[in-house]
Amino acid sequence: MPETTVFNEGRARQIIAEHLSLEGPLLPIFHAFNEEFGFVSDAAVPIIADVLNLTRAEVYGVLTFYHDFRRAPAGRHTLKICRAEACQSRGSEAAARGVLAQLGVSWHETTKDGEISVEPVYCLGLCASGPSALLDDQPIGRFDKTKLAEAIEEVCAS
Amino acid sequence: MMRVFVPKDAVALAFGADRVAKKIAEAAAAGGNAITIVRNGSRGMFFLEPMIEVETPAGRIAYGPVSSSDVASLFAADFLNGGAHPLRIGKPEEHPFLAKQTRLTFARCGITDPVSVEDYETHGGWRGLKRAIEIGSAAIIDQVTKSGLRGRGGAGFPTGIKWKTVADTASDRKYVVCNADEGDSGTFADRMVLEGDPLMLIEGMTICAVAVGATKGYVYCRSEYPHGARTFNEALNNARSAGWLGNNIKGSGYSFDIELRMGAGAYVCGEETSLLDSLEGKRGVVRAKPPLPAHKGLFQQPTAMNNVLSFAATPYILSEGAAAYADYGMGRSRGTMPLQIAGNVRYGGLYETAFGLTLGEIVEDLGGGTESGRPVRAVQCGGPLGAYFPPSLFDTPFDYEAFTARDGLIGHGGIVVFDDTVDMAEMARFAMEFCEVESCGKCTPCRVGSVRGKELMQHIIAGHNVEANIVVLEDLCQTMKFGSLCALGGFVPYPVLSALRHFPEDFRPRAAAAAAE
Repeated sequence: MPETTVFNEGRARQIIAEHLSLEGPLLPIFHAFNEEFGFVSDAAVPIIADVLNLTRAEVYGVLTFYHDFRRAPAGRHTLKICRAEACQSRGSEAAARGVLAQLGVSWHETTKDGEISVEPVYCLGLCASGPSALLDDQPIGRFDKTKLAEAIEEVCAS
Repeated sequence: MMRVFVPKDAVALAFGADRVAKKIAEAAAAGGNAITIVRNGSRGMFFLEPMIEVETPAGRIAYGPVSSSDVASLFAADFLNGGAHPLRIGKPEEHPFLAKQTRLTFARCGITDPVSVEDYETHGGWRGLKRAIEIGSAAIIDQVTKSGLRGRGGAGFPTGIKWKTVADTASDRKYVVCNADEGDSGTFADRMVLEGDPLMLIEGMTICAVAVGATKGYVYCRSEYPHGARTFNEALNNARSAGWLGNNIKGSGYSFDIELRMGAGAYVCGEETSLLDSLEGKRGVVRAKPPLPAHKGLFQQPTAMNNVLSFAATPYILSEGAAAYADYGMGRSRGTMPLQIAGNVRYGGLYETAFGLTLGEIVEDLGGGTESGRPVRAVQCGGPLGAYFPPSLFDTPFDYEAFTARDGLIGHGGIVVFDDTVDMAEMARFAMEFCEVESCGKCTPCRVGSVRGKELMQHIIAGHNVEANIVVLEDLCQTMKFGSLCALGGFVPYPVLSALRHFPEDFRPRAAAAAAE
């Protein structure tokens, strides 16, 4: 596992402190944790609650409401595949099945080598160029198994 | 210095625009050509992306779709001087897809450097805000009201009235909030503004701030748009450095600043009250109305909240006058609408035009029919909560009221085309499943109704007790439509019931359907 998944309380408190000047800082803090550690550890919940003067239940409630905030370590890279209507009209479901089979995972799972986590996404705003995917920050249009395999190889090598 | 434009719109990036830009820079350096590469937005012709342009004495000449492997041959063809090449499109503004558009909001998108304050000003930027500062609150609201602008997020509420409500509500702190949580499938106009002309959004929000008396603005952008967020932040910094944001804007006495916030993958946060809760750092749960956000919005303060496209329309209205905008359109739908032609369509992209084209003209004439070449079977308008229209309703004009009269909605202007391979019962099931995944859980019709609706659709698709289950499904849809707190549960009956009404054969067992013929 990459070292970014190790939770560190000192660093966590530092991240929280960096966001205290914001109005409504909780989502930006979770985003920063996701970015720094790859996920939001359960150990972070009481710390955030303490600093923001919220109950743990409130912090936990927000953490679990949003799809983006991970609560466990994930792969080094994230592949988001669009499952919304515009991509469906362009054959995304069959294309996605092909990719999942090739990677040997289901939705929300990570490949055995720990490289790629696959998440469904409902629209990337590339709706006339589907099926669409987002590999980390790289959008990919009209994907198929081959095109995605190439992109994955490239991102894993970098 | 010769300028070459390579878009950094997400669609162009999805087809290798970064590699094209890199290849062009390398080839130019190797050949001793002094060029500047501008990373512009998209003109909205997605079928030609990445579409690159060069500035020549005769005007801009476009080539597309360009891949990195085409770069060598483009240089060989002297594309820097507009040379002939199989990918040469000619002047982009003369392309049939662009030539007939009325680009008021998207006048600059794809033409300017999105983050250049100077480029923005050269192309008519800041004129609306200067005028707004001159005429002041009451006259701004009067102009926006007279323009007939209605909320472009989907609800179609008159923007001027909303602003007046906020302006008339006394408070020492007011907010302007921009909804850039563009979650509807088939829509990308907000994304194109963020990536292609973000300064226009900054100008529009600042006009609103002057009108309502707000000092702080937030843009809530969905996390699925990382590129739009990056470009918008860059634009914010540049606008601030140039004195268009911050204290005492350009010596006007008005102070206003904007902060970008990212959503976290929850569709329901596109609903205005859950967006506000999300901004406050809470679960994105829908609030009961009243109180209206205009009275008690963000942190319980008066809040002017609009979609990206509504704010983006106001610089034009202020600089050219309300009448210039209201001259376009039909009935009570005034001005232009950026149509987003998407799905299985040959010429997909952004088409800004006055209200009033028929759905058939949009799908067949502008979109060129399906990309697969098969017949069009259904068109979903207005996102995942919009109705499915069959070709028999293609005479419906694109107008808020005309769509309502046919049990549909135009929503945010997304139009998703399906060919005859689509299974409409499956689409109805998907609509319920989507609602189940994205429901905020506050009200029972949506939270429980979506789960039951999905189960009913599974039974219907499996051929279990079909007629009885359809009766229950219709009843459930009525409950959701009238009992849900917001448009998520309230509108999911649109795709479900329209699919059932216009494509009943897909809901009946295949064997029975075959036997009946």
